[in-house]
Amino acid sequence: MSRELTVGFLPLVDACLPILAREHGFAEEEGLSLRLVRDMSWATVLDRLLYGHSDAAHMVAPLAIATTLGRGRPAQPLAVPFVLGLNGNAITMQPALARAITAPAALGDPVAVGAALRRVALERKAASAPLRFGVVHRYSSHNYMLRYWLAACGIRPDDDVEIVTIAPPFCADALEAGEVDAICVGEPWNSVAVERGVGEIVLVTAQIWQRGVEKVLAMKEPVLDARRPDIEALIRALIRAARHFVDPANLEQNAAILARAEYIDGNAGLIQRAISDRLLLSKGGELVHFADFMFQYREAANFPWVSQAEWLYTQMVRWEQPGYTPLDARKAAKVFRPDVYRSAIRGSAEPLPGASSKVEGSLARRTVVGTQQGRMTLESNRFFDGGVFDPADLPGYLAKLP
Amino acid sequence: MRIAIVDESASRAAVIHEGLAQLDDCDIFVVTERRGLVARIGEIAPDIVLMDLGNPSRDVLEEYFAVSRALARPIAMFVDESDEESIAASIDAGVSSYVVDGLAAHRIRPILDLAVKRFSAFARLQADLAEAKGKLAERDAVDKAKRILMDSRGLTEPQAYAELRKAAMNQGRRIAEIAEALLTAHQLLGEPE
Repeated sequence: MSRELTVGFLPLVDACLPILAREHGFAEEEGLSLRLVRDMSWATVLDRLLYGHSDAAHMVAPLAIATTLGRGRPAQPLAVPFVLGLNGNAITMQPALARAITAPAALGDPVAVGAALRRVALERKAASAPLRFGVVHRYSSHNYMLRYWLAACGIRPDDDVEIVTIAPPFCADALEAGEVDAICVGEPWNSVAVERGVGEIVLVTAQIWQRGVEKVLAMKEPVLDARRPDIEALIRALIRAARHFVDPANLEQNAAILARAEYIDGNAGLIQRAISDRLLLSKGGELVHFADFMFQYREAANFPWVSQAEWLYTQMVRWEQPGYTPLDARKAAKVFRPDVYRSAIRGSAEPLPGASSKVEGSLARRTVVGTQQGRMTLESNRFFDGGVFDPADLPGYLAKLP
Repeated sequence: MRIAIVDESASRAAVIHEGLAQLDDCDIFVVTERRGLVARIGEIAPDIVLMDLGNPSRDVLEEYFAVSRALARPIAMFVDESDEESIAASIDAGVSSYVVDGLAAHRIRPILDLAVKRFSAFARLQADLAEAKGKLAERDAVDKAKRILMDSRGLTEPQAYAELRKAAMNQGRRIAEIAEALLTAHQLLGEPE
């Protein structure tokens, strides 16, 4: 008798793991009957989760922390026992702006592009027509990555430019209509803008932070407690889906599944590009390969590092009130649940790191790390500005940020 | 009281509007256009905003409300935490509600209750319509399947129907399913319908 689990998602390429866990029967083999509910806004994905229409959801990571801390609505503790992927977003600008700050046909250097953008941003601000950026949600990694990049390049996100919210499917429209000058969004929506000739991809977020946490599997903490064996079964199914997703042999098949009307309802060719880390930066150009543009499996990518949650919390208090408190920091850290991940895959062939927290941005080269099981090598996880996040000292990190 | 109904489905918005029109002292505004939504809401300055859960602009509107907390008439997403039950009912019906800060719960409740009723009624109408459409499609499939049997095996119409019915009974399936299967097989064999 299989147990039913309902998972909410938004039509984005990085909703891939729950979709493939269902489509390839991995969930079923774990005794789960997976029902997927597609929505068009994070607000609705969250409402369904909080009011019991879904048991778990594909979610922008900072939203899980914001909900736990009661930002924007009454607090409800959420738990994240699994990371659905790292990075996979890009910054796409109106072609004229892109050409003004970077050379076509290649992804620019974030420092140089940022310096050129700063000149344009300050000119536009002086002309009372500040540059406007669209992100998908206030509590999204897109917002935090974009702000991190801007601030490190001497552009104050709240004073020198404007940042507004746009639903991913309408990003290309907003660029075309001149409602925004640039967007930071996940695939396939950057590529849709490029194909329509209304945008050019200037940077990918993996250039800002090579191992930036992106979407997570979130659920209400009481649901995790009540259905722990089912959630652990789901984690095992999702890891199998991740392994299948990154295998080049399955590229075409998986892109075709994700493109279906009930999932992303998009172009399989564009989805295939994102999965294989290739992007068309401007219409009529050549495909550019950027290794680990999306990062779904290697290096225990799905492991919910407590330090990731803590980094997100530092960005939240960096950009909005209320500011840092030790209590909120502890609550935010507790949202990520490596203990659940560990017990789900203990004894399997999947590697498990020895630690549950790490100094983010500290690795410049491949490093073998201690494990609880299996062997694990971590590659560079640098921030583009060389910043290092030590979770042992959040106030110290915040004080050093520009 | 100023109520804004934000819904990209004009027909559903009309059903909600009609339901709320019976309330006294309410000005009702319907917004179906996505473009310029935030500016329009700013102009309307509503006390209550009702928005369908499927609306892709929800995050955009919530961001506006978050920013508007600094404004004169901040809009909150919830009346208060004690009103969980009524929020749960509205989520079940497929509508989200946003209310200007400080509005008394007893003034909001009847409006939300009405909105929930109208949303549920609309959902039922749609389900009925989908069912009716499904039935029409089924009848069409059975007609086509009969035609194939009549042409390929020289049967009369009642005989063709009897063949479909027999197959359905033998396989424990519905006649429409047998007809669909026959049509699919027919198409796969490359024969014109």
